[in-house]
Amino acid sequence: MRLSTFGPLSRRGLLGLVAGGSAAMALSACGGSGETADNSHGGTTYNGPKVDLDFWNGFTGGDGPVMLKLVKRFNSEHDNIKVKMTTYKWETYNEKVPAAVKSGKAPEVGIMHIDELATAAARGVILPLDDVADALHLAKKDFAAPVWDAGVYQKKRYGIPLDMHPLGMYYNKKVLDSAGLDADKPPSNADDYADALHALKKHKIKGMWMTPFPFTGSQTFQSLLWQFNGDILTSDNTRPDFAGDGGVKALTWMVDVVKDGYSPKNIGQDADAVAFQNDKTAFNWNGIWNINTFAGVKGLDWGVAPLPQIGDRKAAWSNSHNFVLLKQLSPDTNKQAASKVFVNWISRKSVEWAKSGQIPARTSVRESKAFAALKEQSILATQIKDLHFAPSLAGIGDVMPYIETAVNEAVLLKKKPSDALSDAAGKAAKVLKENREKYG
Amino acid sequence: MAERNRTRHTGRFTPYLFLAPYLLLFGTFVAAPIVFGVWISLHEWDYMLPNKPWAGLSNYTDLFDPDSLDFDDFWQSMRATGIFTVASVPFLVVIPLGIALLLHRRFPGRNLFRALYFAPYVLGVAVVGLLWRYLLDPDVGAVNFVAGLIGLPDHTAWVNSLPWAWIGLVAMTVWWTLGFNAVIYLAGLQDVPAELHEAASIDGAGVWHRFWHVTLPGLRPVMAFVVTITILASANMFGQSYLVTDGSPGKDTRTAIMYIAQEGLRGFKMGNAAAMGFVLALMLAVVSILNFRLMRYKE
Repeated sequence: MRLSTFGPLSRRGLLGLVAGGSAAMALSACGGSGETADNSHGGTTYNGPKVDLDFWNGFTGGDGPVMLKLVKRFNSEHDNIKVKMTTYKWETYNEKVPAAVKSGKAPEVGIMHIDELATAAARGVILPLDDVADALHLAKKDFAAPVWDAGVYQKKRYGIPLDMHPLGMYYNKKVLDSAGLDADKPPSNADDYADALHALKKHKIKGMWMTPFPFTGSQTFQSLLWQFNGDILTSDNTRPDFAGDGGVKALTWMVDVVKDGYSPKNIGQDADAVAFQNDKTAFNWNGIWNINTFAGVKGLDWGVAPLPQIGDRKAAWSNSHNFVLLKQLSPDTNKQAASKVFVNWISRKSVEWAKSGQIPARTSVRESKAFAALKEQSILATQIKDLHFAPSLAGIGDVMPYIETAVNEAVLLKKKPSDALSDAAGKAAKVLKENREKYG
Repeated sequence: MAERNRTRHTGRFTPYLFLAPYLLLFGTFVAAPIVFGVWISLHEWDYMLPNKPWAGLSNYTDLFDPDSLDFDDFWQSMRATGIFTVASVPFLVVIPLGIALLLHRRFPGRNLFRALYFAPYVLGVAVVGLLWRYLLDPDVGAVNFVAGLIGLPDHTAWVNSLPWAWIGLVAMTVWWTLGFNAVIYLAGLQDVPAELHEAASIDGAGVWHRFWHVTLPGLRPVMAFVVTITILASANMFGQSYLVTDGSPGKDTRTAIMYIAQEGLRGFKMGNAAAMGFVLALMLAVVSILNFRLMRYKE
């Protein structure tokens, strides 16, 4: 039986049948073995027989060891649950997981980026989690609103957010100093930012290296797009909106940074971050995940601030890691109950996770003293209400490459911003139409 | 009649029995996937979706319809593959031959040099890609730095402008894979009979004449093999573009395999991707047949 055929009412009904309100019972009811004893108590403890859980993710960077440490601690605190963590490169992971689900070898728990949830849900890779959220008493107020809302596809929840990783503005204090700028007050609006770039240029410093590559060129573009009141898609997710007024303004601003000589032309991948680490540039719009990289560079005197407001309002691109439960060919009640305990436990410990360069999604963790002690993370967390995530649409990943190409062509000065964007939008419109037919 | 008797003696199925293990592997891992691939290419195929609508030949006809979504991108990627193949194959055929000739001579430290030239080939594409991404970086890369030191232009955009991106990609590929072709040539050189060289010397042929009239004809079958596998390897180029240029500028260096992977594995349009794969494979088959015909050893 397919889970998605359950209406909310019948799921509630099932929940009511099971003492303790275990959502896992409802999940496993599809497998026909829902009448076993309830082994979890509100998702916080698990008293059943010993189970092994598989947990897959793509944490190949500095985040991997942090998560592994958390998993080990979880194992040592839970005698009857043993979690085995397996890490793949994200690209490999995204290809392996559906194949594993198809062949019945899927792990119980996985991590997915929030922009992949809708596609994975539509393809039947992951399970709806509303009942898990209910059982864990998780609600919007427990999480940052934008990330909680972005985990919903077709009115069902598919991800329990672990973190948020937005773009921020790193600034090199030494370089700002050398141009006579206040290294403790980085610019926060368009005029101040332009003045700073101008002052740096006078001192022969290219203040912001504008990269034409997805990391972080198209993330910069998306941030500015939202700042200029544009969006990736129209609000009904049916047509591209990125080539509209907001998109053109955003991309024109980026191209002007290059044209006005505030950035070298034709920058290579990651060269912007390398230049920043070598005191060759003042500003680097980059992800929060770079905090530990920059902290590890000897002699680098840096700070981080929310993205300056270049457009009409504040906005910044962000992504988020989400816990997902993978569809099993033969669901096991005990494993599902244990999975829930695991997700809940890690989610509560996410201040440890924040140290790897993340903002915890969970409000209680974000408002804790321990998180406040993480200076850089806390600064970037002030952007929360301005964060934007990719539209929750199946197949949104097929649209993004066209935006990336447009940004690349425009920043390399090969096409006018408006032309690059409208070419991309033409193709994106076709893809959206194809995907509507495919995913319904 | 003696011939037939012997055949009977060993049994009619003997050759097939000997071939069976390989046939089994070939059938399982080559023939069956190809047939399945054709089947996929006739559908809108996403293996996770229960509904895989029959598409007939539309995945193929779309590739030849200028109004379709894939037309521009597919042929642009085929063009990129073509450019890379045409630009890289001559270097990958000639330079390793020169190196093999040098390494064929007797001199102290010969084995060390043989190992050195082969060494890059053992590296994975991820290592090579990352290494060259930084070497070729326009602003912080070593190549431009050294070029500047010796008075050449020091701001060539190796990874995101044309033709420099192609030059960079070809150069890194030659550096990376020349050792493999050199080893094959080296083996071939050892098969050229020494008596022929001797006889030619006695007839008064110089070094150049001996190379042209003895070594090269002796290497002909090896050469045909090297040219063919090099064309196929270059036409399958993926990792270099993927890692070093990310298809930039625009998508000019996005190769066919890169586009097929994006369509099939990221966009889950396996039907489209399979059709593109077959078109590419068919073109490569034609090129390979032509190549073997042209280089066929003439008695």
